[in-house]
Amino acid sequence: MIYVILFFEFFKVGLFAIGGGLVTVPFLFDLSEKYSWFTAKELADMIAVSESTPGPLGVNMATFAGFRAAGIPGGIVATLGLVFPSLVVMILIAKMMDKYSCNTRVQRVLDGIRPAVIALILSAGIEIARMAVVNLKAVIALVVFLLVIHFGKRGPIFYLALSAVAGIVFKI
Amino acid sequence: MKQLFNLFQLFFRIGLFTFGGGYAMLPLLQGELVKKRGWATDEELLDLYSIGQCTPGIIAVNVATVIGYRRAGISGACFATLGMVMPSLIIILLIASVLTQFMYNRYVAYAFGGVRICVVALILNVIYGLWRKNIKDYFCAGVFIGALVLLLVFNLSAVWVVIAAGAAGYWLRGMAAK
Repeated sequence: MIYVILFFEFFKVGLFAIGGGLVTVPFLFDLSEKYSWFTAKELADMIAVSESTPGPLGVNMATFAGFRAAGIPGGIVATLGLVFPSLVVMILIAKMMDKYSCNTRVQRVLDGIRPAVIALILSAGIEIARMAVVNLKAVIALVVFLLVIHFGKRGPIFYLALSAVAGIVFKI
Repeated sequence: MKQLFNLFQLFFRIGLFTFGGGYAMLPLLQGELVKKRGWATDEELLDLYSIGQCTPGIIAVNVATVIGYRRAGISGACFATLGMVMPSLIIILLIASVLTQFMYNRYVAYAFGGVRICVVALILNVIYGLWRKNIKDYFCAGVFIGALVLLLVFNLSAVWVVIAAGAAGYWLRGMAAK
């Protein structure tokens, strides 16, 4: 049964890809060797497509591979398989968090982690910047966006839509 | 039922506008959950990201699951997570089945060029706010700089950075408390 195999294979990816996003890539390469759902080159293309389409890479990749293997139902089954381990683990963690979040030892650990997570977010921003800010025009756009966002009062979705229009108008 | 639909709709919108993976989602989460609805604080979001970093699965899904669970139990977690993955599912199925040339269209490429730069600007703006709120002493600044060096210079996996920072917090904050 192709659906069972798809669910199970992506369940494994979801379970072992700790950290998410690009961490799923090596697991997906293994899948491309084991099955004929997609080739390694298609995976590389898909990573590029995922950089510029909404949504997490892992989900995009599961949908794509599932679709290749067994049409639209395949895409849905593979995505559900990928998401299922997170769903279960995070519900358990959410239960524990409510119980232990006031514990002083847990507080101390979280105190240490918060600045590190800010660094993680910054390094993710730098990764995206390396791909996106490639010429002088892009640098100018970045500075303009920073000023508009910092002094503006709108939500992020407004700026994202605005930046898509700006991208087309100014050929960024 | 209305609550569940609201969760689905909220995370559908966040999923639809998240370009570039889990971290690019942070400005959206902060805007919708912290500023607009007051469902979480900045600190809780950071804690969720650190947990997401050390647990299986995709960070975006992990965050959606926890927020959904808090609002409406297990069904809330399921609806929030479904909302989060639904836009990707639809868009990738469309691209894979009919729009294979879509990604290579010139105007689409320009639009995404603009969006990616905007994502960088949004992330930097969020970091500025988080920095002012959370980096209050030498310990925090030290962990921040240490983590950045480990990530960018030594290419250490994010899991180890989070574990090391947690250990540093446990020991050093513990010593300060005595």
